[in-house]
Amino acid sequence: MNIRNTIDNLKKPFNKGEKWEKFAPAFNAFDTFLFVPNHTTKHGAHIRDAVDLKRTMITVIIALLPALFYGIYNTGFQYYSQLGIDYNSMDLMIHGSMKILPMIAVSYIVGLTIEFAFAVFRGHEINEGYLVTGLLIPMIMPVDIPLWMVGLSVAFAVFIGKEAFGGTGMNILNPALTARAFAFFAYPTYMSGNKVWVSEASNIDGVSGETILGMLASGNSALPYEPLQMFIGSIPGSIAETSTLMVLVGAFILIFTGVGSWRIMVGSVIGAAATGLMFNLWGANELMNFSWINHLMVGGFAFGVVFMATDPVSAAQTVKGKWIYGLLVGLFCILIRVFNPAYPEGVMLAILLMNVFAPTIDHYVIEANINRRLKRSLKTVKAA
Amino acid sequence: MSNDIKIKNGLTINIKGAAKNIIKKAAFPKSISLNPSDFHLIKPKMVVKVGNHVKAGDVVFYSKDNEEIKFCSPISGIVKDILRGAKRKIIEIVIDSDKTQKSKEFEISNFENLNGNDLKKLLLGSGCWPFIKQRPYDIIANPLDSPKSIFISTLSTAPISADFQIILDDQKNEFITGVQVLKKLTDGDLNICIEKDSKTFINEINDVVIHDVSGPHPAGNVGIQIHHVDPINSGEKVWTINPEDVAIIGRFFLTGVYNPLRTIAISGPPVKHPQYYKTIIGSKLSKIINDAGVKTDEQLRFINGDILTGSTVDKDNYLGFYNNTFSILREGNHYRMFGWIPFINNKVPSIYKTSFSWIFPDKKYDLDTNINGEERAFVVTGEMEKVFPMDIFPMQLLKECMVGNIEKMENLGIYEVAPEDFSLIDYSSSSKIEAQHIIRKGLDLMISEVG
Repeated sequence: MNIRNTIDNLKKPFNKGEKWEKFAPAFNAFDTFLFVPNHTTKHGAHIRDAVDLKRTMITVIIALLPALFYGIYNTGFQYYSQLGIDYNSMDLMIHGSMKILPMIAVSYIVGLTIEFAFAVFRGHEINEGYLVTGLLIPMIMPVDIPLWMVGLSVAFAVFIGKEAFGGTGMNILNPALTARAFAFFAYPTYMSGNKVWVSEASNIDGVSGETILGMLASGNSALPYEPLQMFIGSIPGSIAETSTLMVLVGAFILIFTGVGSWRIMVGSVIGAAATGLMFNLWGANELMNFSWINHLMVGGFAFGVVFMATDPVSAAQTVKGKWIYGLLVGLFCILIRVFNPAYPEGVMLAILLMNVFAPTIDHYVIEANINRRLKRSLKTVKAA
Repeated sequence: MSNDIKIKNGLTINIKGAAKNIIKKAAFPKSISLNPSDFHLIKPKMVVKVGNHVKAGDVVFYSKDNEEIKFCSPISGIVKDILRGAKRKIIEIVIDSDKTQKSKEFEISNFENLNGNDLKKLLLGSGCWPFIKQRPYDIIANPLDSPKSIFISTLSTAPISADFQIILDDQKNEFITGVQVLKKLTDGDLNICIEKDSKTFINEINDVVIHDVSGPHPAGNVGIQIHHVDPINSGEKVWTINPEDVAIIGRFFLTGVYNPLRTIAISGPPVKHPQYYKTIIGSKLSKIINDAGVKTDEQLRFINGDILTGSTVDKDNYLGFYNNTFSILREGNHYRMFGWIPFINNKVPSIYKTSFSWIFPDKKYDLDTNINGEERAFVVTGEMEKVFPMDIFPMQLLKECMVGNIEKMENLGIYEVAPEDFSLIDYSSSSKIEAQHIIRKGLDLMISEVG
């Protein structure tokens, strides 16, 4: 246990009553990253489950990795295939990595710095939630967004979206979507249109690439993509949301391990499919005519539903509430897509909207439980 | 008459070292102790002084708030010590045995003809009353109340806890007598919960309601059973008694003396011979533990009670008042490098499938007391409901208890819960929430504010 001894020595100045005591949360974050601490149970149950927040959060990150790797690949693929020059898969990964890894680095550095500062300032341990948020933010951005915008969005999301409400567990909106919404409304030219989805599209004339939803919104029904491509994900879009297949792999990991709520995911899919089907029957514009199955595969729907709508803090928390919340996320996603051509991507706004209403949904579910209890008590009073 | 209670949400935790079906008679204890902390919120008023002689059944102290509730010596001997802590709070009363076991004798003739009030007086006078507990709040019952029903749970589903069928096997007559006495204390039903399909003598008892319970822990918790049979509303009281305590009450009415025998299961992964011992409440335990033997010279934790709800004691300490299980675990004060990475460290089971422990559902584990993480804010939702089989929102109730919002706590069902019902939430919470502690504080707040 030599490493352990070294850490214990390094830790001394951070202990209670020592000179760097205030910065203990920062040191502990590194310490507990290396070692699960030797803390033993003091109150309550003497034995504890193997799971902790680190483990659940890392499970989410593992579930994100397939989509991330495909996103890196697809970034290179969209670029090279449109330029028409020869490439091998190595080139694709290198090009994608050069674009995406800096964004991830900026996201983690800015976000974790703020998290550490708040932990030290408030004197609590650092929560692991940002490990997931920090990876999600670059994954849902367009590939060419400047790094300083990533940093600014992250800062906005962590400050206003999370810490202003009291930190992890207290926020109302999903922080990753808060970051994207901030960038979306602050820098619309970098976040929408037909020149932002493929790397270098705004600089090189030969490269363009509009998202499928963008094309449909502008009334173009002759899509250059097959449904299989939409499913595999070799289409333009935000970095890691294009591949429904990889998102499904992630969904499987989340549902199988029990970390993600299958109720929200299934509810959303049902909600979106039903709404899509209804619009198929109506068929007044291109987006309404777009098959409901394809609606589930294009845009950020799958990614948003699996990784963002299921964020336990901002989603509904009761079992019934999760079903209602999921159904409404699906419904509003398609509704926004179809009726608001200015926002061809509906899932971000749908989830943020339902984040706001999740506490209301829970409130009514819980009220029903309370009323049941009150009724029962009235019954016994009457009988007596 | 028999009814089914089927519990779905819950968790069976397989731990090594469950007590085998062997009952040994322990040597008569040299000394015993009464520990006021076993009696939640009871402020003891001493009757005896150090050096006094007491017989079994003589009052040692009574409750300051209700002088009728008396606590009696389980053995005859000399009061050796009254340990006091901060603010002269009484921590422990130690009585040395004089080996004669003289008992105070009570005049009991034809208890069948006595009414509820007379029976209460006898129970109060003999020291048997503290065995009767009440819900809500999980405290000793108030003799002035009349409960709407009484519940006895004769199955225990907590990991490596004592099996009451083994314990009651040679106390059938006492148990049945106890049930007859308790029946007269309520106008409602006397409910006995048994394990489904078990062929126990309890099935033959008349005038009681039998419930067949099946499912994982906490199916054996009496609070869960009450919730499914006769849920407690605001202002109502339900009394509960442990099965062997029913037998102690029965023995008192059969013999006229207070003789609190206790069959205790010594269990836990480090125990060499996990088995049962027959002794007396409050006995010094070191001899029994030595007889059962522990395998290691590692640091151990000794627990009065089961490993989910018991209280930590020293090795040379004494048996508690209520518990039929005494558990021993290894202390988990060690570090695990990168122990948070999923799918490694499969030695610890999990309600999540983030380790491979789910592949072997029947494997028995050797758990220690490591927390396996650090306390965090409430983040993951839905996990508490998986191990909480009541129509109550556990996370919302915990949050209201933390902020002490009495009206909300009442609405969300605080009257129906006891800390033990939250023990699996303690165990499985990914945020390492101390749920039992929070609920106990919430209940104490209700007692002081609502009463």
